[in-house]
Amino acid sequence: MSGFSINEPSNRIKWFAGSLVILYAVITMIPLVWIAITGFKSPADAIAYPPKYVIGGEGESGFTPTLEGYVNLFTTRTRQTEEYLAENPPQNWADEIVRQYDMVIVGPSKFGQRFLNSVIIGFGSTFLSVFLGTLAAYAFSRFKIPLADDLLFFILSTRMMPPIAVAIPIFLMYRQLGLSDTHLGMILLYTGVNISLAVWLLKSFIDGIPTEYEEAALIDGYTRFQAFYKVVLPQAATGIASTAIFCLIFAWNEYAFAVLLTTANAQTAPPFIPTIIGIGGLDWPAIAAGVTIFLLPVMIFTILLRKHLLRGITFGAVRK
Amino acid sequence: MTYFKLATASALALAAAGVSSTAQAEDLTLCWAAWDPANALVELSKDFEAQSGHTMNFEFVPWPNFADRMLNELNSGGKLCDLLIGDSQWIGGGAENGHYVKLNDFFDAEGISMDDFAPATVYAYSTWPKGTPNYYALPAMGDANGWFYRKDWFDRDDIKAAYKEATGSDLREPQSQKEMLQIAQFFQGREIDGKTVYGAAIFTERGSEGITMGVTSALYPWGFKYENTPGSYDMEGAVNSAEAVEALEFYKEFYKTATPPGYTNSYMGESLDAFKSGQVAMAMNWFAFFPGLYADPNTGGDKIDFFVNPPQNQAGSTLGGQGISVVAYSDKQDAALEYIKWFSDPGVQAKWWELGGYSAHNSVLEDPGFVESQPFAGDFLDAMAGVQDFWQEPAYAELLLAMQKRVHDYVVADQGTAQEALDKLIEDWTEVFEDEGKL
Amino acid sequence: MSDRTIDRVASSTPAPVARKIRGLSDRAIAWIFVAPTIFLLLAINIFPLVWTIRLSFTNYKANRIGREVKEIGLRNYERILTDSDIWLNMQATAHFLFWTIFFQVLIGFTLAWMINKKFKGNDLWTTIIVLPMMLSPAVVGNFWKFLYQPQIGLFNYIVGFFTGKDPSSFEMLGQVNLAPWAIVIVDTWMWTPFVMLICLAGLRSIPDYIYEAAEIDRASKLRQFFTITIPMVLPFLMLAVLFRGIENFKMFDLVVQLTGGGPGSVTELTSINLKREAFEKWRTGYASAYAIILFVTVFGLASIYVKALNKVKER
Repeated sequence: MSGFSINEPSNRIKWFAGSLVILYAVITMIPLVWIAITGFKSPADAIAYPPKYVIGGEGESGFTPTLEGYVNLFTTRTRQTEEYLAENPPQNWADEIVRQYDMVIVGPSKFGQRFLNSVIIGFGSTFLSVFLGTLAAYAFSRFKIPLADDLLFFILSTRMMPPIAVAIPIFLMYRQLGLSDTHLGMILLYTGVNISLAVWLLKSFIDGIPTEYEEAALIDGYTRFQAFYKVVLPQAATGIASTAIFCLIFAWNEYAFAVLLTTANAQTAPPFIPTIIGIGGLDWPAIAAGVTIFLLPVMIFTILLRKHLLRGITFGAVRK
Repeated sequence: MTYFKLATASALALAAAGVSSTAQAEDLTLCWAAWDPANALVELSKDFEAQSGHTMNFEFVPWPNFADRMLNELNSGGKLCDLLIGDSQWIGGGAENGHYVKLNDFFDAEGISMDDFAPATVYAYSTWPKGTPNYYALPAMGDANGWFYRKDWFDRDDIKAAYKEATGSDLREPQSQKEMLQIAQFFQGREIDGKTVYGAAIFTERGSEGITMGVTSALYPWGFKYENTPGSYDMEGAVNSAEAVEALEFYKEFYKTATPPGYTNSYMGESLDAFKSGQVAMAMNWFAFFPGLYADPNTGGDKIDFFVNPPQNQAGSTLGGQGISVVAYSDKQDAALEYIKWFSDPGVQAKWWELGGYSAHNSVLEDPGFVESQPFAGDFLDAMAGVQDFWQEPAYAELLLAMQKRVHDYVVADQGTAQEALDKLIEDWTEVFEDEGKL
Repeated sequence: MSDRTIDRVASSTPAPVARKIRGLSDRAIAWIFVAPTIFLLLAINIFPLVWTIRLSFTNYKANRIGREVKEIGLRNYERILTDSDIWLNMQATAHFLFWTIFFQVLIGFTLAWMINKKFKGNDLWTTIIVLPMMLSPAVVGNFWKFLYQPQIGLFNYIVGFFTGKDPSSFEMLGQVNLAPWAIVIVDTWMWTPFVMLICLAGLRSIPDYIYEAAEIDRASKLRQFFTITIPMVLPFLMLAVLFRGIENFKMFDLVVQLTGGGPGSVTELTSINLKREAFEKWRTGYASAYAIILFVTVFGLASIYVKALNKVKER
């Protein structure tokens, strides 16, 4: 009997469970892989039937990879007459690609700018949420605050409102304050939404740091602020980093507020990507290229975050 | 009043700029939908940049989001657009809510006369209240919903013979709505060159205005009226008249029996896709796309021809098109007005048509060479002679959304009857007009 | 110089006194730390909420700037609650809510259970499975629309491949009978990992000795599953359902991108309907009342649910 643990399943069960999980993982990845592949197709190949899935292959299911989607994503193009095309040779490889449609590149598209907006608003609101959230979380964790539980619950409850409902008064307020379609307005809004996540999550991390260290520091003559700054913060660093990534992902992914409260200057990528159009009809390769570029950072972050994922998605309720 | 403010503002601007009499070079932004004519406008505007020294920026929004985004922009008092080529139905709201600058004084001062533009376009794109000489836009782009078809298929002897055998009549450009349906049904599911093709691509889009624009293309030829007496808002018996019911049933039959599978939510882009990919024999779409379609290397040229929305009980086409307005929230209204003045010039208008924009200027439309200048030019004149537009009330969005819902529920989602759909539509519209205090 | 003096004094005095001398009191620090957050919440959440309540009793329209705003009492609420179309939206939402949770719990729990068998490489595969839930729902909806295209889409092709159906014979997003399921499929694809992760945490929280004791008592595996595994995981599972429930009640971006509420109105969830009222028809007062009704509904249902959850936890 020794060495046998009933919680160590038999190899057959492991093999069976493993294959099922892997099968599910493979199926779940198909849509994402398909989109990534579509980004490297020509518009004609992207809507071919039956679908083409052999990269560089010959025959019916094969297609030659091209950067057309990416070129179309980042540029605006216009059709030109044959005389013009004959007189003006292509400037670079990208120009070369669009020439096959009798077009020339006339400038950058708006995608770059929208992507930059996503970065500015994402990082701006993340910094603000984490900064304010850390302070508040520390206070909730260490001090007796009157009505703390109610306040905490109240902070959370604001996440229960449908975003459209929140957007109605915000729209009116921003119109009055001139914050419509501004970076500042979006940063404040996302901070307001994210702060509940930040406070709850950071509180759960700070709760996990033993108070003995701070008490020792206080006895050593540190002020409370110094103790917070020099003792608690370094220990909470991982928690703060994970919280930051969660806030960033929220702001990065957010759609409803962006579509209602921005039109151009501060518009982020999610409302923009679905509206990428080609010459008549949606330009699927360009959309797929945009989707790929947009999703890639989040995937990388998710992999970095995997240890704290559970805590993040449950507002610190499940700590593992 | 607005003009007075403008004058003061410009006086201040001049004072600030010192004694210089030339206006300061501005960065102007023009907002419009993202489609073929917009690209033509970019090309055209280069002349303006060269002449005026101002720089033109463009914000083009895809059609499905155009109304949403631009009305949101106007309603939030945004300064994104100095010039807006807004859809014809927005004029009421644009005027009443103060989004658009009233242009009368400017027209008078600059000698721009609305008599120089086609009356139907001035009525539809510029005036509020309708038909009064109060102008909030300059007609920029005439447009109507029309049709195009695969001329190469229609001309093939085997297909002609098959059609004759199937229907007993000759295959030709349809002369009525019902003939058009017959032709579409004939092509539906037919094998041509080893490929299954379908009858026609029509508008069924739910989200913005698509299906309403499609359905009205059947409603108007049947004699649909919004009101019994114009301006009275008495819709009972007009909106749900026997003709209207028949037309709506017709559109549903068309959708069910003569359109490619999967076109449950299709608008301009999908219609173009269906045609260019060789899936359909006919398609409806705005005249604005016709230059691009004619130039298409695969399905353009001698493979395509165009026809005006066929009559049934009467002639009638759904109006598209837009006027160009100056946004009241813009800080650069003087430069924006300069653009409008430049744009109204007959020479510029002629070039506009040449590049693929539909000028509404009489000097262009009445030119003896106009009809021959493009294969669809004559059809365009016919269409504009019989256009009708949706409500242009300030509450147009509510009216449109109600119609989108009722019509889509009936045609695509198979709910209720045509009579019920139109009855409910009257209820919805009545409620809106009651809220407006007009009933 | 003076700093050092204070240092010396401080180190020779007991801590609480030192804090009073050199820094702010704990109380002051607590308030300074919490105040900005509270202020932001007031500005971005509470003030707007109060404003929404206020507007819900008027006929205000945000796009009609000069129009007179009238107090109309409970008229908006009355209109919404008696509108049969809105009840249809509620039904669509309920259908979506029920089936997404059903499938996510079923598949999510099964996966967690399998992963908990600790086969080689389970960490790697868990991370891969988790990816979809971190993505932008609007973007996910957008590319699933591509997969669902009737003639060219991969989804139809694969279904056709396995069932022998013609891939152009059905339209996931366009058919009245399929569209409600199309959105359930995408949401399930996206959020099953969420339920799975939480279930996994629940499974891993069960100490080994409980099973060992059961084994000694010769309880069958099946019995162990129902008497140990399920009850121990239940609080976790309920938490997952709470989160999914709230999220899907608010559902907007994913479905807007997929169907826009169509065909007709069969996938017009309440949030989509609310958006049309508030930002397309601009009936601000009416939409505000609608928003309040939704908020009260979620809040009420969630509170009842949390009570139930706490009872389960106590057991």
